[in-house]
Amino acid sequence: MENIAWMAWTLPTAIFFALLAMTLALMTWLAIARPEAERVGVLRIPTTRGDRLFISLITAAVIHLLWIGFIGTDTIATLPIGEEGIELSSLWLATVISLVAAVAIFRTV
Amino acid sequence: MDKTINQKAWFLVLPVFLVVAFSAVLPLMTVVNYSMQDTFGNNQFFWNGVGWFKELLDPSTDLGGRFLASLGRNLFFSAMILAIEVPLGIVVALSMPRQGWSVAACLVIMALPLLIPWNVVGTIWQIFGRPDIGLLGYVLNNIGIDYNYVSNDFDAWATVIVMDVWHWTSLVALLCYAGLKSIPDAYYQAAQIDGASRWAVFTAIQLPKMNRVLLIAVLLRFMDSFMIYTEPFVVTGGGPGNSTTFVSIELVKIALGQFDLGKAAALSLVYNLIIIIVCWVFYTVMTNAGADRPISKGVA
Repeated sequence: MENIAWMAWTLPTAIFFALLAMTLALMTWLAIARPEAERVGVLRIPTTRGDRLFISLITAAVIHLLWIGFIGTDTIATLPIGEEGIELSSLWLATVISLVAAVAIFRTV
Repeated sequence: MDKTINQKAWFLVLPVFLVVAFSAVLPLMTVVNYSMQDTFGNNQFFWNGVGWFKELLDPSTDLGGRFLASLGRNLFFSAMILAIEVPLGIVVALSMPRQGWSVAACLVIMALPLLIPWNVVGTIWQIFGRPDIGLLGYVLNNIGIDYNYVSNDFDAWATVIVMDVWHWTSLVALLCYAGLKSIPDAYYQAAQIDGASRWAVFTAIQLPKMNRVLLIAVLLRFMDSFMIYTEPFVVTGGGPGNSTTFVSIELVKIALGQFDLGKAAALSLVYNLIIIIVCWVFYTVMTNAGADRPISKGVA
């Protein structure tokens, strides 16, 4: 671990990248197990599942940044876990919106 | 179906995979890690959550103010050089010879500025514009124009823009020239029979046929100018004051000058996101431009 101390890994970022890697692995497996053809959606460009995932991820990043910039990250709730409780930032709402957007993108784009 | 399955190709891809992993993926992951933390060096990090991003997107803070100001300057710079280089490149391409020995000579001369490294271009213009020993600066000051890129904002901007135009108009011109060369003679003959004017030939034949190369030229020039660092850094160093400090210069100042790794990481991620989005839009438009379907107007 000493050798990669400069990478400054933390649990949240590790979870983030693990989820990302798992998503990519899942998409790779899907591409092999269930090959699909390109289709044209609301953007009127041919997209594959991979394209739609890419658009969803970029959209999620933009939604989170806009949320941080315009709405902020105030605490909206405190989960009764542990002594202090875990504070939930309103940024999680952006995450929910991103997931909804991702579903919409996968179905319509 | 009898297909021979050969997985040897994976081994051939392996070197590229390793290079990309060590030069792009791991550094990018590290930047994401840094953007969530603060450090005072010595590999000691403190969790900061999305604090840097909050600061970055808030114009009232020092970081946000500097980021948004440099982003604005960068977009203005890109708009200016596109507005100059694209029309100028088209005009140059149209006036280049089509046959004979002069074609080769012309192409070589056009390619020369493209072959000069950025820092050398910067140094050339830095000396060229100096009022005491530079030809440009000396002549301008002697004919009564008060020109000094070190102390005057407007002069600094003019120098940086003219330098970029000098360096990169050839690229646009060469791309357009290639597009023009690919138009079959029959089009021109038909236009001649119809008695089309020079302007009509340009708008109805040449411009539509140059569409694709122009798109590539705009993409290349936008990305390059949006990520520009070396040339303005060498000539003006981002000055006078902060007037020619573009995003990349600001980024280096924050990351290496102030050693604020967290702030710099947050800035570079947002910067990266903008570049990825622009790239994707251009790439999508480019790959679909030749297709039968009408391209969506809603892509951008």
